Amino acid sequence: MSATVDPLAAIKELIPQATERASLDHPAINVPADAVVEALRQLRDRGGYDFLVDLTAIDQGEGVADRFTVVYHLFSTAASTYVRVATDCRGGAAPVAPSVTAVWPAADWHEREAFDMFGIRFEGHPDLRRILMWDGYPNHPLRKEFPLAGVETQLPDLEVAAETGTKVLPAPMAGGPFVAPAGEMNLTNAEPRAKDESWNERHVKPE
Amino acid sequence: MATEFAFPDAGAKTAAAAPEFQTEKMSLSMGPSHPSTHGVLRLQLELDGEVVTKCEPIIGYLHRGDEKIAENMTYNQFVPYTDRLDYLAPLANNVAYAIAVERLAKLEVPERCQAIRVLCCELARISSHLLGLGAYGIDVGAWSVFLYSFTEREKLYKLFEELTGARFTTSYTRIGGVARDVPEGWTDRVNAFCDQFLPILDEILALLTRNKIFMDRTVGVGVISREDAIAYGLTGPNLRGSGVGLDLRKDRPYSGYERYQFDVPVGTKGDCYDRYLVRGEEMKQSVRIVKQVLANFPKGPWQATDARRIVSPPKDKVLTSMEELIQNFMLVTEGPQMPAGEVYFEAENPKGALGFYVVSRGGGVPWRLKIRAPSFCNLSILPKLCAGTMVSDVVSILGSLDFVMGECDR
Repeated sequence: MSATVDPLAAIKELIPQATERASLDHPAINVPADAVVEALRQLRDRGGYDFLVDLTAIDQGEGVADRFTVVYHLFSTAASTYVRVATDCRGGAAPVAPSVTAVWPAADWHEREAFDMFGIRFEGHPDLRRILMWDGYPNHPLRKEFPLAGVETQLPDLEVAAETGTKVLPAPMAGGPFVAPAGEMNLTNAEPRAKDESWNERHVKPE
Repeated sequence: MATEFAFPDAGAKTAAAAPEFQTEKMSLSMGPSHPSTHGVLRLQLELDGEVVTKCEPIIGYLHRGDEKIAENMTYNQFVPYTDRLDYLAPLANNVAYAIAVERLAKLEVPERCQAIRVLCCELARISSHLLGLGAYGIDVGAWSVFLYSFTEREKLYKLFEELTGARFTTSYTRIGGVARDVPEGWTDRVNAFCDQFLPILDEILALLTRNKIFMDRTVGVGVISREDAIAYGLTGPNLRGSGVGLDLRKDRPYSGYERYQFDVPVGTKGDCYDRYLVRGEEMKQSVRIVKQVLANFPKGPWQATDARRIVSPPKDKVLTSMEELIQNFMLVTEGPQMPAGEVYFEAENPKGALGFYVVSRGGGVPWRLKIRAPSFCNLSILPKLCAGTMVSDVVSILGSLDFVMGECDR
């Protein structure tokens, strides 16, 4: 690819379904979900973008029509350029996207992570399990409605949970993320944590 | 070649020859607290005698939710969290993060700041590779390498402490600059370190490079082909060990790397030995870069000066001038003001390409910050790489990949 050719135009020629995506740096395209695997294969085989550097997702927030977007970053080892490919997931709150593990084995763990964090189901993934959180964890922490402090959850080991009666508890936030009590000169008491732990994000502070 | 020692069907063959020796496959959990897993990596191995038939990495023991945390704080507040990604090269993480956010703001930092950052990155690379080397030596039975390399790291830590105030968690960069200028005489001490370091490095490497035991443990073990390395998204020395000459400092120069002369070492076979050789040579190249930076160390400001809503004002003016006081107050309470949009930036860190994908909707807090951790991608090849090797080779392979779980689990 010569330098005079606009890389975005070349990519769009390769993938007819692509529409331009707003970007501050690299060329970026939006591709419909049903065409994304073929588009990435074309980019790899004919566009020279042979390296999948990153695969992740964005949550646009509750109530948005196309809430989850999967974003791929490809790199061309020959031309040293990036391209960003984005596709909106189908399925609203139970999002589904096609898996690209057949194109790049590197996508395996990335897709597991996106499933773990956002709950996006990648159709055709050989082994779609949680990767960072434990198996059986009920939430998807990077969704916007998931609170920063976390939520009360069973311990992964039920035997330990039954014996000790402990649970995974939300972090005490003292009314805001990471604040220390004001005016406290005693370093032990000034630790950023709540003294009264009966209230947190889920339980309103008692008057 | 690794396949020379691989007998995936050894058990079946023995069973066919002598049914009374039939054995079951054994399941072995290696980690999460095992000295050679370098942190809290756990490998669920399936063994046929001494041969690994299946390897399943289980990660996430060090997951802290850094990406969630990033969505809840201003850009500058997140800098300390980047220290804790690859905690063996915190300075390099700081720089990568700062540049990513500056790309979002389309902010150029002055030459002096760029030079300081290059120094940070290269010293961090030396420090990280020294640890990787020392730990690898221990993994395969060479204790003394660790002692020598840690002596050198200690000298580097002293330099980091002088520069940033902390040995380990440096938090040195700010969006649009660095926290403070280099201290007086620091560059001379860096120069002196480099001068004494090169002969010592040769000594350290000489302990391993032609060492019979070390070579037996590494040559031909854990071979990653060029195609596999790219397909699995390997970066850094692990990719270059497989013969792919991809180095973002050369191919996508940032922070003024295009001004410096250096070579990118690549391996030929892609085995553990090649990855070791690449790291050794990279340290020498890093010294070469540091020397060039110091020889031509730019003067002038070390922070962007034309971005009032991003960069903090000079401290002496904050307490004397109303304008600067407001600027400082807004910056601290609301964060550096960014335009809406998205950027992706990768830096060539010691462990590989550390990428930040920043999605902004304007304001001082990112909407989404994805950290592309090189160790995460580098480890994803383990199931393929370890199947068919001996248990002892798994230790050798893990050490050669030189990963950090703080960054893998985020």
